[in-house]
Amino acid sequence: MLTYLARRVLVLLVTLLVASLAIFIVLEVLPGDAALLILGIEAQDDTLAALRTQMGLDRPAALRYLAWIGGLASGTTGISHTYDVPVSQLIGERLTLTVPLALIALLVSTLIAIPLGMFAATRRGRPGDYGVMGFSQIGMAIPNFWFAILSILIFAVALGWFPASGFPGWDAGLGTALWALVLPALSLALPEAAILARVTRTSVLDTLGADYVRTARAKGLAPRRVLWGHVLRNALIPMTTIIGLQFAFLLAGSIVIEAVFALPGVGRLIFQAVSQRDLVVLRDVILLLVTLVVVVNFLVDVAYTAIDPRTRRGS
Amino acid sequence: MKTMRIAAAIAVASGLAFLATPGAQAQQKDSLTIGLTLEPPHLDPTAGAAAAIDEIVYANLFEGLTRIDDNGAVQPQLAESWDVSGDGLVYTFTLQDGVKFHDGTNFDADDVVFSLDRARADGSVNAQKQLFAAIDTVEAVDARTARITLSRPEGALLFNLGWGDAVMVARESAATNKVAPIGTGPFKFDRWVRGSQIRLVATDDTRAIRKVTFRFVPDPSAQIAALKAGDIDAVSNLQAPEAVIALQADPNFEVAIGSTEGETILAMNNSRAPLNDIRVRQAIAHAIDRQAIIDGAMFGFGTPIGTHFAPHHPAYVDLIATYPHDPARARALLADAGQSDLKLTLKLPPPTYARRGGEIVAAQLKEAGITVEIIPVEWAQWLEQVFRGTDYDLTIVSHTEPVDIGIYARDTYYFNYDSPSLKALMARLNNTSDQAARNRILGQAQRTITSDSVSAYMFQLAKLGVWRKGLKGMWRNAPVQATDVTGVRWE
Amino acid sequence: MSIIADTTRRGWKSQLLRHPNFLIGTVLTGMLILVALVSLVWTPHAFDAVAITQRMQGPSAAHWLGTDHFGRDIATRLMIGASNSIMVGVVAVGIGLVIGVSLGLLAAARGGWVDDLVARGSDVVFAFPAIVSAILITAIFGPGAVNAIIAIGIFNVPVFARVARGAARQVWGQEYARAGLAIGKSPSAVTRDHILPNIAPVLIVQATIQFAVAILAEAALAYLGLGTQPPAPSWGRMLFDAQTFMTLDPKLAILPGLAIALAVLGLNLLGDGLRDALDPRLRTERIG
Repeated sequence: MLTYLARRVLVLLVTLLVASLAIFIVLEVLPGDAALLILGIEAQDDTLAALRTQMGLDRPAALRYLAWIGGLASGTTGISHTYDVPVSQLIGERLTLTVPLALIALLVSTLIAIPLGMFAATRRGRPGDYGVMGFSQIGMAIPNFWFAILSILIFAVALGWFPASGFPGWDAGLGTALWALVLPALSLALPEAAILARVTRTSVLDTLGADYVRTARAKGLAPRRVLWGHVLRNALIPMTTIIGLQFAFLLAGSIVIEAVFALPGVGRLIFQAVSQRDLVVLRDVILLLVTLVVVVNFLVDVAYTAIDPRTRRGS
Repeated sequence: MKTMRIAAAIAVASGLAFLATPGAQAQQKDSLTIGLTLEPPHLDPTAGAAAAIDEIVYANLFEGLTRIDDNGAVQPQLAESWDVSGDGLVYTFTLQDGVKFHDGTNFDADDVVFSLDRARADGSVNAQKQLFAAIDTVEAVDARTARITLSRPEGALLFNLGWGDAVMVARESAATNKVAPIGTGPFKFDRWVRGSQIRLVATDDTRAIRKVTFRFVPDPSAQIAALKAGDIDAVSNLQAPEAVIALQADPNFEVAIGSTEGETILAMNNSRAPLNDIRVRQAIAHAIDRQAIIDGAMFGFGTPIGTHFAPHHPAYVDLIATYPHDPARARALLADAGQSDLKLTLKLPPPTYARRGGEIVAAQLKEAGITVEIIPVEWAQWLEQVFRGTDYDLTIVSHTEPVDIGIYARDTYYFNYDSPSLKALMARLNNTSDQAARNRILGQAQRTITSDSVSAYMFQLAKLGVWRKGLKGMWRNAPVQATDVTGVRWE
Repeated sequence: MSIIADTTRRGWKSQLLRHPNFLIGTVLTGMLILVALVSLVWTPHAFDAVAITQRMQGPSAAHWLGTDHFGRDIATRLMIGASNSIMVGVVAVGIGLVIGVSLGLLAAARGGWVDDLVARGSDVVFAFPAIVSAILITAIFGPGAVNAIIAIGIFNVPVFARVARGAARQVWGQEYARAGLAIGKSPSAVTRDHILPNIAPVLIVQATIQFAVAILAEAALAYLGLGTQPPAPSWGRMLFDAQTFMTLDPKLAILPGLAIALAVLGLNLLGDGLRDALDPRLRTERIG
């Protein structure tokens, strides 16, 4: 197990290193000059050169890459070209919106999906099952940004229950802030709930057919106790996998939803950094998202192996 | 449809009201929240071209020797008066007495020397360094007197000193102005919640407005929702002309349609075949229908122009009739030039006027037999490819600098237009100080570029200001990029 | 798990018809394809015929679904949007199929370091959220339909590589594949004669699902302003344009979204129906 873990950690680090190199190279070839963008159309060649030196853009690429990775390894991030503050501070501020938003969406989708999925599994082939599966199909087919636009039209514009967009900030009060996140979180949660409901149904059905469940039933345990005690516990493994993966995807997927609701989150930061050519910010945000995905995958793999040692030799 | 629209408006007005924080109404007498489309990258107007910087700090936080008012006129600011020598080369400024920076240090002539020398130094990162090109030396005669000596006459010096890029900064704080700006204005920096808002507070307790919050609302439809909900009191320039119509009918809001210095043009690459043929450029000018573009892209807000000059300026010459909308004439000119199957690219930067206007222009050029491929670009690419690299056929952009017809006389500019007669006119303008004579030269310059059909001139951008009834003193026009709240009060 | 049961021989046609998912999916997908094909030869109006004076009109005989903010015919633009979506799906899935399946088959046939390289490479590509990769690709090469399709296609490569590799390894474990090697066939010959035909059903189902994913992804990119560019109509782009007009005219925001949802629903149902019919235990990946 230890050698396996060591091997996996090594793979994780190599993956991140390759990813960081890929990010750096991609940003190097990104057309557009940050200095020109800052100084605008009346910029003169000497002012541009002075600004490029100030921003460190005149150093060789290899040196800048090493400085970046070295800095990250020692726990420091660069200074944003446009905002002139440390990138860690910028990202930190944005995460206070994006992470809660993703967590709320995850919670909502789980709370909707697990009861629905179990309900459908216990009524396999009956109208209830078809109803849930129909909902799931529709939920997966609706683009989340369209759902977001429709929810603005109905609940913000026509009914006026929620703000149409924007985020007042956590210091505006917890209630006010959460209220502004209701529609975005619902929009993010819907397709995820649809997928999770299907996974729940399938895993519960798989478990229901397993020997130990039959045994438990044969022993005369109440169906309800079998369902919640044995079946759900075992079905949780595939469901946790999906939930874990969904969290990473929700963080990235919120880019579109943040655009619809004009929320100042990580997604908006990426957009802003691309249009401002603020590569110092961009490389760190992307690497952060990549790291999240890789780490979640790693944890899922390790958890699987801990449960079932047979999977140790690759999938 | 109409009932639906009204129903929606009522629902927004009544429904969103309860979301406004309860205290907002009572405090509104001395606080003001303004919605801005773009968040500034930083707050130092002497180190960047972003208009969003000036929209927050101009006149409010930073001040220059002179300032520009709502009508585009030069007014005294930190310099209370000035003398100009007979040859127009020496400007002597008498500074206001008792002015302090926000950190408590005094403002004096040494700060003038520091600020202007810093802006025009070798390592300067000032985006408008050319404003100071004529300056030879800046000296402090005594604490309250500063003298600027020019190497050549510069008729626009006092105007140039009123730009946001020429504001006065202190030696101690200049390096940190990007994140903690220290100026001399009536409002000082309070806090910045990145991605959300910037707050300024009055330095003087007796001001009508004591707290100004700039909230960043990138989406126009969100700006309207925020206005109606009472989250913001004013938007100085609304980016969604389609929304103005609904707001004009709303008794709670005042809508002010003002002018800007933005000539919105369909620029052409004059040195690239076949656009180097004047007949092709004239054909394009005939092919566009200005009013349809204004109606379609800007919902009717905007003034047609026939040349690169603001219609509200005294020197403006109405040349719209030179190229009336006439697709048949355009086709004839193209046939004449042997270009009956012309294909061109149109690169469009992000603003609404360009992206929406570009779609309409493409449709209009199609009617004249020109196939247009639209290529949307970000500002970074526009600057690099179109502006610097002049790698384009057609582009749409609004030139927002005041009285900037001189760009047509530059040796290298993205129009790639080279006209000795225009260059001669501009040289004469620089040596002319009589206003009537200057206006005559400017008129000739306008006729020159229009008869050469350098660009197709479309319309002057309007400024669509919206604010809550009772708010007085907001700027109607936008002669410079600014949200000057120094004269604003609630009634 | 035994992925390839011998259902293919047991009257799969009659099986298919018993699945309502498959039926509804076929009808919806068929309509999508039909509308797209018709749009190639005929539309009610020209898609870029601007008429400012007739903007945002309701449905009428001249304009079945009304007009948009430039007075263009919405029905026409939705029809061409359908062919745009199909083109995106075909090309993006095609890229994924050709490159991804080749890599997956290669990894399964060779094993060893090749296998490791493909697996790790897939991990790296997978680690980049699709939307982030797409934003970067369009930032480098400019926004546009082609670049958006390439971005979605690249994302499809590891999806198909994983599915193909997993399924191919299963088949390689079977007696008859090993036997092929034993009688002197080359690994590529075995792959061609035995592996590929056996994993084809898995790939078909996955392709159907990725087709739907691609349509959704293109719509999202176009909505962000990174996909198909005006005046060419795309459903996502129509939603983007509608956003500031939706309080004036809600249909501008409703119709294109409905089109996307129906197309994706049809493809998903078709994919599910195919899977149920080909093998109830067939596992495919669904990446949101």
